[in-house]
Order: sequence, then C-alpha cells, then structure tokens
Amino acid sequence: MNAVSPQKDFLLSVEGLTVSFDGFKAVNDLSFYIDENEIRVIIGPNGAGKTTVLDLICGRTKATSGSIRFRDTELTSLKEHQIVHQGVGRKFQNPSIYEELTVFENLELSFPRGRNVFGALAFRRDAEVRDRVEEIAGMVFLHNQLHTPAAILSHGQKQWLEIGMLLIQDPTLLMLDEPVAGMSVGERLKTAELLHTIIKDRSVIVIEHDMKFVEDIAHRVTVMHQGKVLSDGSMTHVQNDPKVVEVYLGH
Amino acid sequence: MNAMSNPFFTRSGWLYLAILAAILLVVFPLALDPFRLNLVGKYLTYAFVALGLVLCWGHGGILSLGQGVFFGLGGYCMAMFLKLEASSPENTAIQSTPGIPDFMDWNQVTALPWWWEPFRSLPFALFAVIAVPVIFAFIIGFAMFTRRVGGVYFAIITQAVAAILTILIIGQQGYTGGVNGITDLRTLLGWDIRTNDAKTILYFVCAGLLIASLLLSQAVHVSKFGRLLIAIRDKEDRVRFSGYNVAAFKIFVFCFAAALAAIGGAMFTLQVGFMSPSFVGIVPSIEMVIFAAVGGRLSLFGAIYGTLLVNYAKTSFSESFPELWLFAMGGLFIAVVMAFPDGIAGLYNRYLAPHIARLLGTMRKRDAEGHSLANPAE
Ligand SMILES: Nc1ncnc2c1ncn2[C@@H]1O[C@H](COP(=O)(O)OP(=O)(O)OP(=O)(O)O)[C@@H](O)[C@H]1O
Ligand SMILES: [Mg+2]
Repeated sequence: MNAVSPQKDFLLSVEGLTVSFDGFKAVNDLSFYIDENEIRVIIGPNGAGKTTVLDLICGRTKATSGSIRFRDTELTSLKEHQIVHQGVGRKFQNPSIYEELTVFENLELSFPRGRNVFGALAFRRDAEVRDRVEEIAGMVFLHNQLHTPAAILSHGQKQWLEIGMLLIQDPTLLMLDEPVAGMSVGERLKTAELLHTIIKDRSVIVIEHDMKFVEDIAHRVTVMHQGKVLSDGSMTHVQNDPKVVEVYLGH
Repeated sequence: MNAMSNPFFTRSGWLYLAILAAILLVVFPLALDPFRLNLVGKYLTYAFVALGLVLCWGHGGILSLGQGVFFGLGGYCMAMFLKLEASSPENTAIQSTPGIPDFMDWNQVTALPWWWEPFRSLPFALFAVIAVPVIFAFIIGFAMFTRRVGGVYFAIITQAVAAILTILIIGQQGYTGGVNGITDLRTLLGWDIRTNDAKTILYFVCAGLLIASLLLSQAVHVSKFGRLLIAIRDKEDRVRFSGYNVAAFKIFVFCFAAALAAIGGAMFTLQVGFMSPSFVGIVPSIEMVIFAAVGGRLSLFGAIYGTLLVNYAKTSFSESFPELWLFAMGGLFIAVVMAFPDGIAGLYNRYLAPHIARLLGTMRKRDAEGHSLANPAE
C-alpha cells in the first residue's frame, strides 16, 4: 500500500465524509476509523448526525463527498444490497421487522442464502436453515415465540428480533441504532448481555443515549456534534472532556 | 412440526382446489349450454389477470392499473396468427391486395408489414403471446423499480401506459385494425374455432390453463420468494438491507403477472374470436383490479371467484341497466375497499373457514393464531 498513507489495517475507514441536504450539512467532513473486533459507541445530542452516518455507511444516503472504505472496498459506490454482501449489517432506530410474518419467517428471510430471484424461488427450508434459525432465536430470547406473528411481539422483543435478523447474516461489521431505546430495565440488562455475546469476532458500531449502557459495552466512544467529531477516546476521556460536558453530558 | 414444513397446500387448500376444479371442469360444462359456457370461459380469461394481481398487488404491494396492456398484447399476438390464417389468398381474393388482413386492405396497405410476417408460424405466435408482454413489463419494471418509483406513482404510470397503447393501436389502424380490433378470426391450423364444439373444447383448455396458473402462482406464493413479497410490501428497506436487490424481485413479480395476463388475453381471443383496444385501456385495467379486490386481493382462489362473480353481475346488470353499470362497479369497489379490504376470501376466512375446519377435523392452531394473514390462499 501507499507508504505515505497513515492508515493501518482498519476494518472501516471513514474519511472526509460530508452529506448536505439542500445546503444543510448533516455530516460535515467526518473522519473516524474502526478496528477489527472493536466496539465503538457513537453518542451525541439529538440531530447530531449519528443516524445519518449509519445511513451513509450502509448506502441508504449517498455521500456528497468523502470516502468509506471497508477493508479494501470503497462502499460509497456500491448499492445497498452489495454493501450487505460485503458484511455490513444495520439495525434501524425503530424496530424494522416484517410484522405479518412469524418470528421464524423473519429470521429465515434474513438467512444469507437464496438472495437472488431464482435462489429465492428454489430456496428449501432444510435442516441447516432450521437449526440456524433456532440457534439465533435462542440467542435473542425468542425461542418460545418462533411461530408467533412478529406484529404481536413487545417492543423490546421486536428490537431483539431485528438484532437476530442481523446476527443470522453473521456480519463483519454490525451497526445498531439505539438498540435499547424504549426497553424496560430488565430488557436493557438482557440486551447488554446479548451484546456481550454477539460482539465476539466482529466489529460493532452502536449509537446510544443511555450512558450506563455505553459505559458497560464501549471500547471507545466517539462524540458527535453538528455533523462533526467533538471528542473521541475512552469513556473516561470523553466524560471529562469539557467540550462534551458542555454540549451533551451537561444536561 | 407440520407448521414448519411449509406444505404446498394445507389440507383445506387441497379441498378448495378440488372444489374449484369440480366447478370449472364438471359443474359448469354440465349445467350450462354452449353459449353460456363460452361466456364463463370469457370471464375466466380475466381470472388469469386477477391471479397475477394477487401476487403483484396483494402480496407485493405493487398496484398496477395497466394489466389490460398485457392482456391485450397477449390477445393481439394470438389474433395476429389467427388473422393471417383467415386471410389466405383464396379467402381474400376480392381484395385489391389478396393475402393480407382485410383491415390492411381497407387502409390502402399493400404489403404485409415485416413484423407481421413471423406471426404466420403458430409456435412463434405462442412464444410471442408470453414474450412480448413480458419484455414490455420488464422494460416498464426496470425503468420504474430501479428508480424506486412505487405506490401511487407507479399506478399512475401504468395507467398512462394503458392509455398510450390504446391510442397507438387505434391510431395505427392500417397495421392493428384500429378501434374495431382484429376481427373475423376463423380457424386454428384449419380447425374452425367458431363452432360450439370448438368453443367447448377451448373452454376446457382455458379452465385447465387457469388451474395450472393457479398452481404455479401457489408455488411462487409458498416459496421464499412469496414471503419476500410480503416482506417487501411490509418493510421494503429491511429487505434491501438484508442483502436483497428489491428491484429485481419487483420486476420479476410484475413480469410474472404480465405473463399470466397474456395467457388470459390469448385465451380470450381464441374463445371470443376477436381482440380490440377496448380490452387494453384504462377502464378494463381498472375493472381487472376490481375483480381481484372483490375476490380478495390476498387470495388466489378468491381472485377467481371474485372475477366470476363480478362478471356475472356485470352481464346480468348491464343487460337491464347498461348505463348504470359503471356506477354500480364504482360503488362496489368503494364498498369492498372500505368495508371488506380482504374481499370475499376475507369474509370466508373470518366467518366460514373456522366451521369448515372444525367439520374437517383439522383444527389448525396456526390459523387460529392469525397466520392466515400471511397465507391467506390456504
Ligand atoms: N434525508 C434527510 N433530509 C433532510 N434532512 C435530514 C435527512 N436525514 C437527516 N436529516 C437531518 O440531519 C440532521 C441529523 O439527523 P440524524 O437523524 O442523523 O440525527 P441523530 O444524531 O441520529 O439524532 P437522534 O439522536 O435524534 O436520533 C437532523 O437535523 C435531520 O433533520
Ligand atoms: Mg438517530
């Protein structure tokens, strides 16, 4: 590789990323790097641009400028489903599941096989699929709900189901947007436990407001404000950063 | 464990299939005179369109108000073959240019256009019946779905396509037969299709193809593709960010629906003996959506019964009050959409199916839990 380049082998390198919505820069010249097997938490006030960053990485929003490299692949030029095939999984802020299908069917559709039209027509529900669906359902506490329509799950269970739908794809980079929002205390504890088991062998980006939860899981924290990185480092570092206290943690 | 093996049909599904086959293949042919049977055969050609709409619109959420285009293209491809056979030099000896279709001669066309030429071959014509509409659907689908045009915008564009094609057919009357369409069709490889016997045989071909199309649609519905359609209707983004190219799935189901509509169109031409632009445009396209809506847009069986019922009502009603039919149709559609969004099949599933299930001794817990939402065809 280029000797002048400062980059080592990061899993994800975001550099100079900018997106402008009619002149409003929701993300402004943002750069950050994620290591293999790193858990990164992004925090920041409402409207800081956190969700937009995930939208940019997964291809939902097209960047105005800048680059997003995932291993050796430039993601900004790929289509959404191609980015998924590279190994990037994304959970949405509001639980996004197929309400009219059962938990089993939700997980099955996320199983990474038969992803093109004819593959889907020829797809067979074999033992491999069944075992994997049951394994994942067990991890996300839904093994007793396999044949329940997803619509009647509780809010927390829906969040877990969506996490399960990502896990079954075994992504290299998992991006979670406020996974514990709207959960009860008990559900939060279980989710923290779930995150600890699923972070093995993969990198995770989590957006979260719940500071206790952040402290519990983060390796490193990035604080965003007005589309830029305000502070970056360990939890103790950012908690004691006066800029962060002023715009975010102070209130 | 039964719930997990995802059968082609449930036990009651097989029963419904047997009942439908008995009605179409035994009851109607025994109970109806050849004229009425031919009329039912004509209704059944619309049921092909309704089947496609169940998958495309009911399950996939893609409302097409232009299915008449594909019905018409299929019908015209068939009609072109039959017309050429009816226009042999002997049959058309009195024309100024013998050997070309009569309407061409009337319009001072003196040679068969090159694109009519291949339609002298039956295998080519049968291939074109499916291929022309599917290619056309592919072009529309590709242009719209890769640009993420959906919902109302897509519906309006399909309407526009239906309107444009109608105008084109009417305008090019030297090549298409214009507003009268392609008429006076006589024989298929020498076999006179106008006799009562031929019409009865064509009825059975039509009913058989319809049942085959139902089975094919059911195969799509129970495959993972079928569940993906429901997922796309429900949460398109989640499907996309699970690694699927959503546009490709939409294009496929749109082409599939077009192919079914085209088979219906070709069978229409054969049974009714002509094809005209009045089956291509906006009004017939909307009527076809109403057939599916009344039957139940989620149910393949419902679509067939809905088509039969609405058409029966249309025939009886418009015999006595022709000018009121359009209003009645509009009223019916609004009533169905407002009060029974799942149509006849929805009412059946709600009020009758539980009793039938009990009678059959197959209390399937899955249905009681509301699974019929996703598998309403069963
Ligand atoms: N598609 C869009 N068009 C226009 N503006 C947008 C779009 N998406 C996001 N924005 C704006 O960009 C800014 C950043 O939004 P974003 O959702 O990324 O914030 P966030 O940090 O995730 O906030 P929250 O904590 O409330 O979820 C907001 O002001 C938002 O209104
Ligand atoms: Mg957000």
